Amino acid sequence: MTSLLSIFPLFPVEASQQARQIDELYVALVIIASIFTAIIFVCLAYFAVRYRKGSRANREMRHPENLKLEIAWTVIPLIISAGIYVWSAKLFFDLHVAPKNAIEIYVVAKQWMWKIEHPEGNREINALHIPVGIPVKLVMTSQDVIHSFYVPAFRVKQDVLPDRYTTEWFLPTKVGTYHLFCAEYCGTGHASMIGTVYVMDQADYQQWLAGKSGEVPLATSGEDLFQHFACSTCHQLNDMGRGPSLYGLFGSMVRLQNGQRVIADQSYIRNSIYDPGDQVVAGYRAIMPTFRKQIDPDQMAALIEYIKTLGAPAKPAKGTKQ
Amino acid sequence: MKMEQNVDYLNVAYGPRSWLLSTDHKRIAILYMISITFFFFVGGFFALLMRLELLTPQGDLVAAHTYNELFSMHGITMIFFFLIPSIPAVLGNFLVPLMIGARDLAFPKLNLLSWYLYIIGGIFTLTAMITGGVDTGWTFYTPLSTAYSTTNVIPVVTGIFILGFSSILTGVNFIITIHKMRAPGLTWFRLPLFIWAQYATSIIIVLATPVIAITLLLLIVERVFGVGIFNPALGGDPLLFQHLFWFYSHPAVYIMVLPSMGVVSELITCFARKRIFGYYFMAAAIMAIAALGFLVWGHHMFVSGQSVYASMVFSALSYFVAVPSAIKVFNWLATLYKGSISFHTPLLYAFGFIGLFTIGGLTGLFLAALAVDVHVTDTYFVVAHFHYIMVGGAVMGYLGGIHYWWPKITGRLYPEGWAKFSALVLFVGFNLTFFPQFILGYLGMPRRYHVYPPEFQVLNVLSTAGATILGIGYLIPFTYLIWSLRRGKHAGPNPWNATGLEWTTSSPPPQHNFDKTPIVTEGPYAYPPFEKTEVVHGGS
Repeated sequence: MTSLLSIFPLFPVEASQQARQIDELYVALVIIASIFTAIIFVCLAYFAVRYRKGSRANREMRHPENLKLEIAWTVIPLIISAGIYVWSAKLFFDLHVAPKNAIEIYVVAKQWMWKIEHPEGNREINALHIPVGIPVKLVMTSQDVIHSFYVPAFRVKQDVLPDRYTTEWFLPTKVGTYHLFCAEYCGTGHASMIGTVYVMDQADYQQWLAGKSGEVPLATSGEDLFQHFACSTCHQLNDMGRGPSLYGLFGSMVRLQNGQRVIADQSYIRNSIYDPGDQVVAGYRAIMPTFRKQIDPDQMAALIEYIKTLGAPAKPAKGTKQ
Repeated sequence: MKMEQNVDYLNVAYGPRSWLLSTDHKRIAILYMISITFFFFVGGFFALLMRLELLTPQGDLVAAHTYNELFSMHGITMIFFFLIPSIPAVLGNFLVPLMIGARDLAFPKLNLLSWYLYIIGGIFTLTAMITGGVDTGWTFYTPLSTAYSTTNVIPVVTGIFILGFSSILTGVNFIITIHKMRAPGLTWFRLPLFIWAQYATSIIIVLATPVIAITLLLLIVERVFGVGIFNPALGGDPLLFQHLFWFYSHPAVYIMVLPSMGVVSELITCFARKRIFGYYFMAAAIMAIAALGFLVWGHHMFVSGQSVYASMVFSALSYFVAVPSAIKVFNWLATLYKGSISFHTPLLYAFGFIGLFTIGGLTGLFLAALAVDVHVTDTYFVVAHFHYIMVGGAVMGYLGGIHYWWPKITGRLYPEGWAKFSALVLFVGFNLTFFPQFILGYLGMPRRYHVYPPEFQVLNVLSTAGATILGIGYLIPFTYLIWSLRRGKHAGPNPWNATGLEWTTSSPPPQHNFDKTPIVTEGPYAYPPFEKTEVVHGGS
């Protein structure tokens, strides 16, 4: 049986925490579907034989309506469906809430390649090196059409859209190399927009990170950009500047002029730099110009990583003016 | 040899004009049948080339671009030019007036116009395909279709836009005909379920098709004039396109499968010689599926970037569609119970429908299960699922219906032996083609790939082998049905001893269907109780 399954596998490798959970739900669905299929096929075959024309079967029957039966086969599928729904919705929700300690890696998709940027500054194309046992969150955007970042061994997939961030996270549980596919049709080279995910043990991963010398951490490049665009002219250490202070901003709750509250995540920061008039912070005027033309996706990742390093104002991070 | 002296709709006039300018719903149905059969084989040809390419992991038969055009044109042809018009425009056109005891549809000229719109749309799309093709997939996702594809997007989309009006006119025609032209005594709850299904389908067509028409128009506007609607680089929203597209294209699945459910209800009652079990539930289930079908489009977008909460709502609503679908399958089974079943070809197709629709429907539960969908969406799992519904469901129903009403349409019987053989070949070929794709999908093979990692080859070879059998399976009925036009046995008005007004008139029917308006005094499927000799008490 084992050898047969190795020739004709029914499951891809389970290489993430989610993979195991999703496979469990899948197996439950296969069992439910098989039971229903069996009931239907057996009834069909049995009735077909037993009540074939000319067979000596008892055909006496009252009216061809039976309310109890109808209610039974309405309610039973409904209850089973509700059970599956709750189970799958819980898992789905968890797929969208990354743990706080996740490594955040930036992904830029374009026809037809994957660009990966690690916070440490390592860059790779069509390859993703990650450590086993630590959650990884991908912050992804596209430079042209819609793509989709799909790793079957992790059972996760998320479309990657132009002009916004989407995210995806997983907890790799098994060292190995796995397929990365683009799952959203993206034009001629779609089938070649593939890559490899390398899940390494911690030591190998650290070695890999250090192995590429001369890489500047994203936050450091971000700091240079912050200086270059003179962001601190308005965004100062305290809230006395023309724009809100960015210290301690990342991950905090921001109150907007229109009364909404949003969490200052990557999407918020990105949106505030590209479309400053869109989500204006309460108490400030919408005077910031857009930096859409000046800042590309790579630089955006660097700026966000830099802003993440800006802790609370009590202990100013390096690079603060004055 | 007894000569038929009857003037019927086929021999009432001859020559191309008498067909191309006919307003007889029966002749228009034949025009549609010929047209959609043509498009079916065009679409099938594209599929065959795709399956041949997928025999090996490398791209050796066609290049990436060609392959992308093949699956795009396969989808466009099969969905818009075959599946959506199949049962409504052919069987519906022929049978709706006959089954409700009317002389014709309410608007015969509109009916002819709808066929011409179909043909004009077809010419646009076909010309675009011949002169360079289109590579956007049948889904036309933006901004790929509006800003990046260099192929004939505009003419193809224009063709589909025009085609939409053909659908709408047919839908309007059916709704009004069913409301206003039923024979005396034919109340709503005496209507055959085929009519209920056509009615529900027509409502979907009329409500949903304008949305795809507008969406495609907006696509053209963005592509041609650079007005930012969907492309974020111009300030648009690509998810808006997906919402609009699926708002039509999900209900479109029910445009394809509801009519088949109607057909299957006719076939099972006739060959089990029994009233349908749970008529009211069956009619209600049809309407429920039509209504719920409008509320679930977002389940195509669980990984698209739409809000997590929206996805959860769409998932929950999708499970509600499972319920009326289950009701239908169980009621068909219950109809067989204590029937007197004779296994003619149409019933074999009905059984095929039940089997394949069951698998297609149950795997729909997998896709509606949010977390599982994240893994299997955009893989071969989805490809397998919707082929089980659309080919296993819709095409099986269509072929079953064609065989069942062939004697009525042509006055001739098809050869039963060949027909049974081909039904079996189709069933085997279909399962061999598409069942391996469920496994392939769960293993993670993405759809729309012409090259793939070598570990997926075995399952792909199985699938291609199945597709070959399936292809042959389609050629057999094509051949013997044409043969039967001249050589088939004369059918007589009611070869199946079926109930239903269409069987009370001669075969083929006269030009105006009935010599005098029928009067209906009882419900549908009033098959006589079985003779006493068939009953053996205590024999269980």
